[in-house]
Amino acid sequence: MRSLCYVRCVWRLWGSTKATWLLKVTKLHRSVCQLQHKKVMAEEKPWALISEVGEQGYIEKVTDIMKQHFQIICYKDFLQNPVLHGPKIQAMFVWNAFPAAEPSLLSSLPSLKVVANGGVGIDHLDVPYINSLGVKVTNTPGVVSDATADIGMGLLLASARKIVEGHQIAVDPKTTHIPQCLMGVEVTGSTLGIIGMGDIGYKIAQRGKGFDMKILYHNRNRRRVEDEQAVGASFCQNMDDLLKESDFVMLVVNLTPDTTGLISHRELSLMKPTATLVNVSRGLVVDQDALVKALQCGTIRAAALDVTHPEPLPRDHPLLGLPNVLITPHVGTNTYTTTRRMVQRMVENAVAAVKGLPIPNEVKPN
Amino acid sequence: MEEEKPWALISEVGGEFGYLEELADILRQHFQLICHRELLQNPGLHGPKIQALLMWKYCPAAEPALFRLLPSLKVVVSGGVGIDHLDVPFIRGLGVKVANTPGVVSDATADLAIGLLLASARKILEGHQIALDPKTTHIPQRLMGVEVTGSTLGIVGMGEIGYKIAQRSKGFEMKILYHNRTRRSVADEQAVGASYCERLDELLRRSDFVMIVVKLTSDTTGLIGHRELSLMKPTATLVNVSRGQVVDQDALVRALQLGSIRAAALDVTHPEPLPRDHPLLVLPNVLITPHIGISTHNTASRIVEKMVENAVAAVKGLPVPNEVKSQ
Repeated sequence: MRSLCYVRCVWRLWGSTKATWLLKVTKLHRSVCQLQHKKVMAEEKPWALISEVGEQGYIEKVTDIMKQHFQIICYKDFLQNPVLHGPKIQAMFVWNAFPAAEPSLLSSLPSLKVVANGGVGIDHLDVPYINSLGVKVTNTPGVVSDATADIGMGLLLASARKIVEGHQIAVDPKTTHIPQCLMGVEVTGSTLGIIGMGDIGYKIAQRGKGFDMKILYHNRNRRRVEDEQAVGASFCQNMDDLLKESDFVMLVVNLTPDTTGLISHRELSLMKPTATLVNVSRGLVVDQDALVKALQCGTIRAAALDVTHPEPLPRDHPLLGLPNVLITPHVGTNTYTTTRRMVQRMVENAVAAVKGLPIPNEVKPN
Repeated sequence: MEEEKPWALISEVGGEFGYLEELADILRQHFQLICHRELLQNPGLHGPKIQALLMWKYCPAAEPALFRLLPSLKVVVSGGVGIDHLDVPFIRGLGVKVANTPGVVSDATADLAIGLLLASARKILEGHQIALDPKTTHIPQRLMGVEVTGSTLGIVGMGEIGYKIAQRSKGFEMKILYHNRTRRSVADEQAVGASYCERLDELLRRSDFVMIVVKLTSDTTGLIGHRELSLMKPTATLVNVSRGQVVDQDALVRALQLGSIRAAALDVTHPEPLPRDHPLLVLPNVLITPHIGISTHNTASRIVEKMVENAVAAVKGLPVPNEVKSQ
């Protein structure tokens, strides 16, 4: 409006040619004003700190979701001038435990309202400590469950039927005949023992049912009868019973002080020598040294792990050299669809926290 | 008593290519066994004794030259359900019965089919290779697969194995389409939530995963060629647990190289194994397993038991439970 009045004034005062020139300048001025206006609107978006885009960070495709609601700054750029950038930051997005929500970082984020995690596991976050700073913690339950359950079953089947070994033989330059001895173990009709029957564990049970697997489960709390019947699952109050009877033991627990080292020498020795351990929870739920021994001695048949401790394992770790181990590099949620959903939920949580609205997935200390 | 057991010809026991010892033991309960190599050393002596030929993974090959050595042969029993490698009319023309082992193969084959689908979709092989690679220093963020839950599975061939694949996929909330010579009953369809596609083209266009589970016959040879692959989504995966020849392999190679489809997972090829310089072996978006559809101790034992059942019946002149009368 201002620019329009300006033009009218100029036209009246100066005559047409000069007015035309001035009109061009004024159009430019108007564009500049509009840009400034947009910039003002952009500046109204709160700032969020993220790990990085590309490399070890987010795939480029999902950053547009964040940019709808936040101005984002990468950790590397933040470190160039923490004093300048720090006070602007109201939200921190944590993905694969980066950036690390440590005191040294949090102390340079005085305006921080929320640490929003991508993923459901928050064992890498000291929730009570972060809360004590007046900062909320959020995660993304639910949206991760299908993809993680799918990977759990995928690892179970790949291990049971020696799919990776089969492929290696199939493409080996030295292969001249179809091998007769590449025998796996039967999945249909076998017993699946699920340790941790939360959202993901239950979805694994649903998938196991399709294979006519007998399903046992162990959980802090028993599920409702209808839930059990829907998937044909039997509750094992005593985890030892589940370990003794299962052909496949599937770990789907949260990592907490109670579940750290849950599966160690004793538990592995209770398992059948024909049994397979599948871990889609956290590496620290399993005593890895005990697992190595059990696999070397044939105490259990095989293991399939999407998670280890650390990730990745040191290159000389014995697990990497055992023939009866399948390891994937924490790909439980690695599909475009699920990754997008996780980022969407993470952003949703952060927006709510920044605005002081009810937060969909706030993590409260136990 | 031992000598009263009839003689059966097998490929061999042990070694890389023969029956596992535990499977041979099942055979030995009812038959005296002679290996192909031994037969050839003295066909005049051994040949006339043999009443049953027990084929395992296509060996020994049921060729005319072999039959000429076996004047007392009553039955050829093939372990597995596929009989495309047998000239059934020719064999029957010699007065020899043919039998296979349907049913017992179905669960294990369906399990492997879903295993291949998941391994391909979620890049399990690639993940394992990265996890073990001496050069790996970080967890890769870019190892992205495609979503299985809620996707569309198109099953081509809805026999016993195809149906079991549908049952397993239901647990993953997959939308199931199927194409078959004949439509299944409404009750069967509803039990697994499967929709019939009268036209194969429709299934190919709509599916995220195309699962080939047909018998190999003259009708299904080259069923999936250039045209069919071009109808599939560029994000789709082809899984084959039927026979290599159902797919035009040259067309498949091209489709994978050009991105006409996302990936393929094959338990079967033609030939098996592929020549070592075959392009399929080096494509990054191909997963191949060496025909291990029934390779579990449990299923292999049950197959051998069923082979024995059929062979014993034939030798005794009784009705053969799984006799194959036509191709």
